[in-house]
Amino acid sequence: MKTLVCISKTPDTTSKISFSSDGKNFNTDGISFIMNPYDEWYALVRAVELKEKLGGTVTVINVGDASNDIVIRKALAIGADDAIRVDANPIDSFFVASQIAAVAKDKSYDIIFLGKETIDYNGAEVGAMLAEMLDLPYVSFANKLEVDGDAKTIRREIEGGTETLKLSGPCVISAAKDMAQQRIPNMQGILMSKRKPLEVVTPVGASSRIEVIKHDLPPAKKGVTLVDAGNVAELVRLLHEEAKVI
Amino acid sequence: MSVLVIVEPNNGTINKGGFELATFGKLTAGQDKCLVLVVGKASNAGDLGIYGADEVYEIDQVPVHDSAVYSKVIADASEKLSCHTVIIKANANGKATAGRVAIKLGAGLVSAANSVPESTGGQLQVKRGVFSGKAFATYAITTDKKVITVLGNSIQPKEMGSATSVQSLQVDVPPSTIEVVAKETLSGRAPLPEAELVVSGGRGFKGPENWNILLDLADALDATTACSRPVADADWRPHHEHVGQTGIAIRPNLYIAVGISGAIQHLAGVNNSKTIVVINKDPEAPFFKAADYGIVGDLFEVVPKLTEEIKKLKAGA
Repeated sequence: MKTLVCISKTPDTTSKISFSSDGKNFNTDGISFIMNPYDEWYALVRAVELKEKLGGTVTVINVGDASNDIVIRKALAIGADDAIRVDANPIDSFFVASQIAAVAKDKSYDIIFLGKETIDYNGAEVGAMLAEMLDLPYVSFANKLEVDGDAKTIRREIEGGTETLKLSGPCVISAAKDMAQQRIPNMQGILMSKRKPLEVVTPVGASSRIEVIKHDLPPAKKGVTLVDAGNVAELVRLLHEEAKVI
Repeated sequence: MSVLVIVEPNNGTINKGGFELATFGKLTAGQDKCLVLVVGKASNAGDLGIYGADEVYEIDQVPVHDSAVYSKVIADASEKLSCHTVIIKANANGKATAGRVAIKLGAGLVSAANSVPESTGGQLQVKRGVFSGKAFATYAITTDKKVITVLGNSIQPKEMGSATSVQSLQVDVPPSTIEVVAKETLSGRAPLPEAELVVSGGRGFKGPENWNILLDLADALDATTACSRPVADADWRPHHEHVGQTGIAIRPNLYIAVGISGAIQHLAGVNNSKTIVVINKDPEAPFFKAADYGIVGDLFEVVPKLTEEIKKLKAGA
């Protein structure tokens, strides 16, 4: 079992979000960064579990500058064997997918994992693009994966339920909650992670296809209208007559 | 050149979500034509004409769970019908397919748009939520071909034409390499991402045995139920009900949060709701700052009363 896990660096979930004065760029002052939770908790851990059960290797890949190495080392501490960092600014999904595809195309990975989306740009785009570039089947939002020889049985989230799919051969899978349980790296893992190989490669040419015009913050709420707990009928009246939502 | 809108019927009918997409497509198309491709059979496909479709096509027997096949059908249809923009719903199949369609067409992609794009000088400017609902970003798609996925409940369907005939579209559909072995539907109500009314519970309920209080309220409103992350993590409710930054992001017309304090990660997934009602016994709960209406009180007393008042309203309506 030879797997590749695509990981991203994202702001911590508790971050307060702000932008530069022209609205073009995310303001990273005072932001602490983490490995994207869907990549770490579900995609990476499931890949490591499969390696533990079936043997093989887990490689992680990231597109970013050297400041991402801390996140990559964490992935190695959790159990990945080696890492590749494409040394480039991840400008958009097309660019990122092009970089990963260029690295993965001759490596015959059995499964390429990603998290279901990143918690910053929430696009859920890279997996589909990557699968298309590599001409592989793609199953998104997977919350269960069983591997039996060449066959993969995958349950995925769909609107209002789940769907279980079966395919054989290599594929791209995006992982959602329930796929695995978060693992905290232990001391041995952390020590070993420092000696595991991290290869830095130069990006391939790919132009971006979208351009940021601006970012906005949601309009501030006008303030809460409090209704007395003894007068619930008034809340229903407000929802019906003022907000007109019921 | 035209705009192509992809609509998937539900159980043989096109519902409001499909008509929304037709309206979205027509408003995006401006002077161009809005063509709608119905993937599957729908008895009311012609009604798409009422909501903005200039022409309606249908194609049956497409394995929409397989993005490799689905994207080929969409890309081929787009070429055959000479379209510059493809609009797809941002649901599970749509999200899995749009990226592939974009690669096949050499198109730029913006996912999960929440309002009609503005067209300026051959570019489309598309707005979408980012940072899990904490902000918005507006993008220009700089390529000639464009792909956009659209969130449910982004706009209301508008009547702007009349019912039209449905033409069959001939596109090669290769066999799928992915087999569907099981399908499980979890509730009869609207799925969370599309729900207009959502009632949600948190740790304030003290345990799963008290959930009937919330379910009664949901029944009275015909709302979809949701929960906070600690509730899902404790297995009081299934994970697919978890809304928030690492759960599902929702944007209903009404979100009623009961016994949820309103951590920043929870707010991120729900703060695009049109109206937020918070019921919590702690007046300092941060959620009140993000709410439109609030009641400070014991949920075990307030929620049953609310259910009764809603029943009265419905009985009178």
